[in-house]
Amino acid sequence: MSMFSVFGISGSAVSAQSQRLNVVASNLANADAVAGPDGQPYKARQVVFQTTPMGADGGAGVRVDAVTESQTPGRKVHEPANPMADADGYVTHSNVNAVEEMFNMISASRAYQNNIEVMNTAKNLLLKTLQLGT
Amino acid sequence: MLDKLTNAMDFHTKALVLRSERQRVIAGNIANADTPGFAARDSNFADALREASGSSGGTYSTASLAGTASAGANGVSHPRHIPLGSGSGGSASGGADGEQGYVVQTQPRLDGNSVDLDRERAAFADNAVRYEATLRFINGQGKTMLAAITGQ
Repeated sequence: MSMFSVFGISGSAVSAQSQRLNVVASNLANADAVAGPDGQPYKARQVVFQTTPMGADGGAGVRVDAVTESQTPGRKVHEPANPMADADGYVTHSNVNAVEEMFNMISASRAYQNNIEVMNTAKNLLLKTLQLGT
Repeated sequence: MLDKLTNAMDFHTKALVLRSERQRVIAGNIANADTPGFAARDSNFADALREASGSSGGTYSTASLAGTASAGANGVSHPRHIPLGSGSGGSASGGADGEQGYVVQTQPRLDGNSVDLDRERAAFADNAVRYEATLRFINGQGKTMLAAITGQ
């Protein structure tokens, strides 16, 4: 019954999108962070999606392949009074781009809703199939 | 005797299986709407159904199900024409012989993903409605048979 694997496929997408939302949350939370525990400024993270086979009949699910760190240089702000300032008086902030993150957030939440709706439809169809003959 | 009762239903059950198969494929497309490099798949329902019910030779004609009723098996009117999938730009290319084809892109994306979310949503809703319609056909036929058996 191939309709059952819809739940697996859409479920994998929902979980991948929620992980993307998590990454966005941590990026936005650290948008103004100056330095982490290791003395380095926070680097924006991105999830990498990958198609993964789902079920025996070749369904196309999705999974998070990796979480990568953006290597763009951090924002440098001239704040000589800040204890984290370097010799020239510059403080390195995280390299999070708030606009990009907001876009990511909206895109992830829409994709999440989309997949939930797919699951709802599949559930309704399966319920109607169960009622066949009554 | 018994196969005469079930033969008529057989066509619709095959259609139902194909509908649920297509529902799964479209769900996979929607799930991978953000996956870089993913190629959207779809199947030509008319061709798939013709192939599924061709050998059994049910009482229903599947030829009229295709968008081009007078066309040949691959939607071409001449054996030397190159098949183009089914008509409108929104459908799968290839996909002859009932197997899955790749969706033709209308607006290419930079990340190599060929999922058109609007179209997939439309196809999903359309397929869901048709699945339900097939269910009702089966239900109705079951009721008809039951009425015949019971005898009024």
